Amino acid sequence: MSTIAEVTALSKYFGKTPAVKDLSFSIQEGDIYGFLGENGAGKSTTIRMLLGLIYPSAGEVYIKGSLFNNRQRQLLQHIGAIIERPDMYGYLSGWDNLRILASMSRKGIPDSRLYEVLEIVGLRGREKDKVKAYSQGMKQRLGIAIALVHSPDLLILDEPTNGLDPQGIAEMRNLILQLSKEHGKTILISSHLLYEIEQVATRILIIHKGKKMVEGSAAELLNPDETLVEVQMAQPDDIINKISGTQWLPFVSSLQSDRIIFKMHPEHIPELNKWLVNNGALVQDLHSKHSLEAYFLSLTNDTPAAHRAI
Amino acid sequence: MIRLLRIELYKIFHRPRTYISFAITAAIAFVIQLAMLADGKSFVGFALQGVSEQFDIKGNVLNGYLITYLILQTLLIHIPLLVALVAGDALAGEANIGTLRLLLTKPVTRPQLVLIKFTASVVYAMLLLLWLAVVALGLSVLLFGTGDMISLKSDAFVMLLKDDVLWRYFAAFAFAGLAMMCVASLALLLSVFADNSIGPIISTMGIIIVLTIFSTLQLPIFDTISPYLFTTHMIGWKGFFDSPVPYTSITHSAVILLIYTFAFVATAIIVFNKKDIQS
Repeated sequence: MSTIAEVTALSKYFGKTPAVKDLSFSIQEGDIYGFLGENGAGKSTTIRMLLGLIYPSAGEVYIKGSLFNNRQRQLLQHIGAIIERPDMYGYLSGWDNLRILASMSRKGIPDSRLYEVLEIVGLRGREKDKVKAYSQGMKQRLGIAIALVHSPDLLILDEPTNGLDPQGIAEMRNLILQLSKEHGKTILISSHLLYEIEQVATRILIIHKGKKMVEGSAAELLNPDETLVEVQMAQPDDIINKISGTQWLPFVSSLQSDRIIFKMHPEHIPELNKWLVNNGALVQDLHSKHSLEAYFLSLTNDTPAAHRAI
Repeated sequence: MIRLLRIELYKIFHRPRTYISFAITAAIAFVIQLAMLADGKSFVGFALQGVSEQFDIKGNVLNGYLITYLILQTLLIHIPLLVALVAGDALAGEANIGTLRLLLTKPVTRPQLVLIKFTASVVYAMLLLLWLAVVALGLSVLLFGTGDMISLKSDAFVMLLKDDVLWRYFAAFAFAGLAMMCVASLALLLSVFADNSIGPIISTMGIIIVLTIFSTLQLPIFDTISPYLFTTHMIGWKGFFDSPVPYTSITHSAVILLIYTFAFVATAIIVFNKKDIQS
C-alpha cells in the first residue's frame, strides 16, 4: 500500500495560542483513517491545513508524495472533502449545486457521473429539489456526492455525522463503509465520538489539545482482550480473597475500595458474573468499556454515556 | 477561466435578490418619468427662470434626453449601492453561508477566485447600466420624444443639438461603467476582510459618501486631496454633456479610476492569498 497523505511536524498558532503542535501522521491507500479528538482538539484546523485553507505555522503536508504547497491546484483534484458542515447554495437545486461544483473540480464530468454519485448517496429522485428544502442528512449526502463526483483518491470527511439523527448516523456509517469497500476510497474521517470512529476505522489517531496522543491500527487499539470490566460490589474484600488462586486473578487490572477492575475479552463476562454471584458477591453494577475508550474519556473528561448515546 | 466565470454568473443570476437591483433602478426611473409627465413643464420653467429673460427658448425642451440626464443625476448614489450589493457579497457572502471553504477545496487558485468574482461583479454592473440605459434613455425618449438638450449647471447651461446628443449618452454610460468597475473593486476588497456581506456593502457606501463629500465640498482643506480621490473622477461622465467636450479631463479621470481599480483588485488578491479560511 502506498502513502496517499502525509503530515510532518505540522503546527498552527493563532497569535500565541497553539491549535496544532508538531503533528505527524500518514494515511495509506485504502485506509479509513479515524481522526479522533474532543471539540477544539485541533481536528478541523489540521484538516483545513491538509486542504490549504489554513496555512501551517510549521510543518509540511504531502499528498501522493508531492509537497502540497507546491502543487496545490493539481493535488486538490485527488481530494474530495466536507469540512464541518455541508454548506451549499440553498437557492439552487441539489443538481445545480452538484453540477456547479463538479465542473469546478474537473472539466467534462458527464451527467451520467452525476447521476451515479446521486445513486451512491441515495439522493436520486430528489436532485431537482432546492437545497434549502433538504434535511440535514440529505445535505450531508449531497456534500458527499460533491466530494465524490470527480473520483478523488482521498475523501476527507470532517464530522460527517454532526447534526444527524440516530438513523442518519447509522446510514452515514454504512455509506462510509460502502465507499471504502465497494468504491475503493481512502477516507479520513474526523469525529469527537469514539463510538463512531471505532465502527468504521481501520487506523485511528487521537489528538488532544493539538498534540498526537496515540495512533495505531484499529485492531491494535481496539483489541477486545483489553476490554475493562468494572465490577462494583458491597464488601469486595471477601471476593478479593477468593479470587487468589482462581483463573480470574490474571485478569485483575486494579482493586479499589468498592470495586474490582478486570481486563479481559468480553466473552468471559457472563462466566465472571456467574462466578462472582456463586461466591456470594453482592454485585451492584457491572459494566465494560474498552481501554481505548477509557483512555479517550480520561483525556476528554467526558462521560461514557455521551459516547454511547447512539 | 471562462468556465468558472459562467459558474459565477449562473450563481448571481439564479439568486432572486439580484433582480431587486434591476427593479429598484426601473422604479426610480419610472417615478421620475411619471413626475415629469405630470408636472415637467413647471420644473423646466423653474430651472430656466434665470435665463429665460435673456434667451428665447423654443421647441421640445422637456424631451427624453433631459429626463434621462435628470435620472442619471439621481442615480449617482443608488447605482454604486446596487453594485456594492453584489460585489460586497462576492467573497464575504460565500464565507457567510459556508461555501467559501467548499470552493477553495476545488482546484482553483485564490487569485483566480478573486479575479472571477471581480469579473462577474463587473459583468453584473455593466448589465445594470445597460438596464438603466434601456429604462432611462429608451423609455424617456419613447415617452417624451427627442429634441435639443439643455444641460443644466450651477452657473450656466449648455444647449446641445438633438443630433449631437445620443453618442454622448453612449460615451457617458461607458464611462459610468469604468466608475462602477472601480466601486465593484472596492467592495470586493472590503469583502475579503469580512465573513458576512453587510459589512463590506455598508463600508463601501460609507467610503463613497464620505469621499464624495470631500470631492464636492468646495473647501480649501479638501482642495489638495480632492484630485486624488476616485469619487472626484466618478462623475467624469458629465463631461460628455459639455461643449466642447473636455477630453483631456475625461481621460485623466478614466486613468485615475483604472489605477484605483487595479490597486483595489491587486490588494484583494494579496490579502486573500494570505488569509486563513476559518469560516
